[in-house]
Amino acid sequence: MDPISGLALGFGHALSLANLGWALLGCFLGTAVGVLPGIGPALTIALLLPITFQVEATGAFILFCGVFYGAMYGGSTTSILLNTPGESGSIITALEGAKMARHGRAGPALATAAIGSFVAGTIGTLGISFLGPVVVELALKLGPAEYFALMVLCFVTVSAVLGGSPLRGLTSLFFGLLLGLIGIDLQTGQPRMTLGVPELLDGVNVVLVAVALFAVGETLHLAWRHAGGEPEVRPVGRLMMSRADWKRSIFPWLRGSLLGFPFGVMPAGGTEMPTMLSYYAEKKLAPPEAQQEFGTTGAIEGVAGPEAANNAAAAGVLVPMLTLGLPTSATAAIMLSAFQSYGINPGPLLFEQQGALVWTLIASLYVANVMLVVLNLPLVGLWARILKIPQPQLYAGILVFATIGTYGISNSVTDLVLLYVIGIIGMFMRRFDFPTAPVVIGMILGPMAEQAMRQALTISQGDWLTFVTRPGSLAILLLAVAALLGPRVYAAMRRAPG
Amino acid sequence: MPNRRHLLAAASLLLAAGGRPALAQARFNSLYMFIPAGPGGGWDGLGRAIEQVARQAGLVGTFQFENVGGAGGTVGLPRFVGQRRGRPDSLLVAGSIMVGATLTNRTPVGLKDLVPVARLTAEAGVIVVPAQSEIQDLKAFLEALKANPGGVAIAGGSAGGTDHITLGLILKALGHSAKDGSYVAFAGGGPAQAAILGAQVKAGISGLSEFAEQIKAGRMRALATTGAERTDPAVPTLKESGVDVVMTNWRGVFAPPGLRPEARQKLVDFITELHALPAWREMLKTRDWADAFLTGDAFTAFLAEDQAKTEAVLKEVGLA
Repeated sequence: MDPISGLALGFGHALSLANLGWALLGCFLGTAVGVLPGIGPALTIALLLPITFQVEATGAFILFCGVFYGAMYGGSTTSILLNTPGESGSIITALEGAKMARHGRAGPALATAAIGSFVAGTIGTLGISFLGPVVVELALKLGPAEYFALMVLCFVTVSAVLGGSPLRGLTSLFFGLLLGLIGIDLQTGQPRMTLGVPELLDGVNVVLVAVALFAVGETLHLAWRHAGGEPEVRPVGRLMMSRADWKRSIFPWLRGSLLGFPFGVMPAGGTEMPTMLSYYAEKKLAPPEAQQEFGTTGAIEGVAGPEAANNAAAAGVLVPMLTLGLPTSATAAIMLSAFQSYGINPGPLLFEQQGALVWTLIASLYVANVMLVVLNLPLVGLWARILKIPQPQLYAGILVFATIGTYGISNSVTDLVLLYVIGIIGMFMRRFDFPTAPVVIGMILGPMAEQAMRQALTISQGDWLTFVTRPGSLAILLLAVAALLGPRVYAAMRRAPG
Repeated sequence: MPNRRHLLAAASLLLAAGGRPALAQARFNSLYMFIPAGPGGGWDGLGRAIEQVARQAGLVGTFQFENVGGAGGTVGLPRFVGQRRGRPDSLLVAGSIMVGATLTNRTPVGLKDLVPVARLTAEAGVIVVPAQSEIQDLKAFLEALKANPGGVAIAGGSAGGTDHITLGLILKALGHSAKDGSYVAFAGGGPAQAAILGAQVKAGISGLSEFAEQIKAGRMRALATTGAERTDPAVPTLKESGVDVVMTNWRGVFAPPGLRPEARQKLVDFITELHALPAWREMLKTRDWADAFLTGDAFTAFLAEDQAKTEAVLKEVGLA
């Protein structure tokens, strides 16, 4: 079936009243779980799995996809308003988003995230419909060596969040790398730095660390430094995006989408790397007056780009799942197990054997995307009003919210202890001007880079040249060198006379 | 998180409210099912299949589930042993993955602290190569492995798991040491399959169900399965090809320690009755699970043998 007739068939099924109902329910649930930190789409779909015993396959998958897309929309809301990211893909959104909210621009930040999600979701879904099989074959050509090179490239982006003092920034980065080492090493099965605590065997959750450093650390710092001061209410400001906001958002949306989708398709890609690269790119490409807003009052480009990248990558994850039956994220793995409970074995033959189901599912992604933007834009005003709560109560609320969300990740008391220990570390980091974002970046990239490097070296039997003899890996590494040295060389050449 | 559990219990009650008459005498009013893995995986699937069949047959009134995932089950295991000690209405779902994980992690709490109830399913492993590989059959694969074990990079699940043990046993059977191999561990089936499909590695070892669709579609070539008998009539087993290795990924249920013998017997009887139901046959068929029913002392003996075999390989690789 070619894409056009497939989509025609799919929309025919997806636009039935019952299926629209499933899509709406999924979008609603997804937005709700996206807002709650801790409960992600994977867990939600897992909890909904029993409905597969009762509901026919099409309805169930439309519901699941609604949840999946909805969670991506909802994930940015708490990042922006409360500095509390709900999933790893929206950690970068919190960097600029929370600063915008603090300076009375919560409305435009939420709006650019919602519209950016729509743009990226649509581009991603178009990618699934028309490019899926082609892109996935290209993605299969990437081996561990190329993934390692990509992660090296991402490490360059750390420079965008280091802040004023490279020494402090790199200290934070190494703290993150250290946290990332905790847990069982995949290549040997041996526990590292777990101190005999079984809960640490699986490592420290990166969302937990982000919430601890961003939300808990900030709250404790505020309580420590500003106790007794007049409770101030943050300005909410205008809700909709101004003409300038639109102009500043459009290209980041498009760049973010185009960056995010391929990373989602890559079997070891994920949503974190493209959000980092998008943030770095937007910071470098922004006009000088906007660059001053980065890290100070919050730049809208820094929300629009990463949020689009996050959503496009999430859509991309569906490509290997639908075309090859490869589960490359937790959510995709659970959706695949749902296929199996219908007796459908997802694999390379899925499109042929279950064409109607797959195209209905893809069509319902377009539907869900439209529903979500319609559902989320009016919510912007409502969400932004949360900031009218006086600060002591608001921060107390954030603390409660972060605690409940963290407990929701694994129902473990150990996680709560970690949340507050790392939160207190975060408080001191703020006090002594250490940036917190490099910790999270180090924690995400460190273990991924380590595993990719060791996988590549096992395959090459310990030959380090594998990173420069494989053309793909070499090209990405050269790009990383250019990104690292390029700006400095350029600046030096401009300074040099003649 | 009691809320979610209650909600789920309420939801399952609602689903059950179709008013099916109790077909058999209920053996348990309620049963607590502990899954030391996240929702959606193999152990979770077995637990929920037991729920589905047992409730429909009226063997159990209600089920209460708790998932504590991580580290091959070794995060959840101490919690189950500590909190459910002596409770006659609790079951834990686990399998061969946990045997390796407790050894590599050197956890103080191990399978020895559980009371084996029954083994229910087993899945044979399969050795595959990418469709474009120059290795055409098992003979060529074994020759390549024998000549230069380090040169044949093989992808599979986490180190110390069933796939890794299988490779170790094959190498030992070929006269090499288990640590001579190039085993590339991947987190989860997706990335491992991608590495094989993209020919980043020479071969792959994993459960048959992981690769079945890729084999069917002709993107991977199955060289051999690791069970005692052929699963796919066209694919030979290692054993019949002269490599004396039989390795399956089994799953079963366990009770907490400190049970009286009659309480254990009651659980064994329940699983035996469940296993005899036509609905269970049906379930095995739809899920493509091979029946590997084994209870009581036979299961305990099997467990001891499995553990010894696994430990020998892990010691040789230097992981235990």
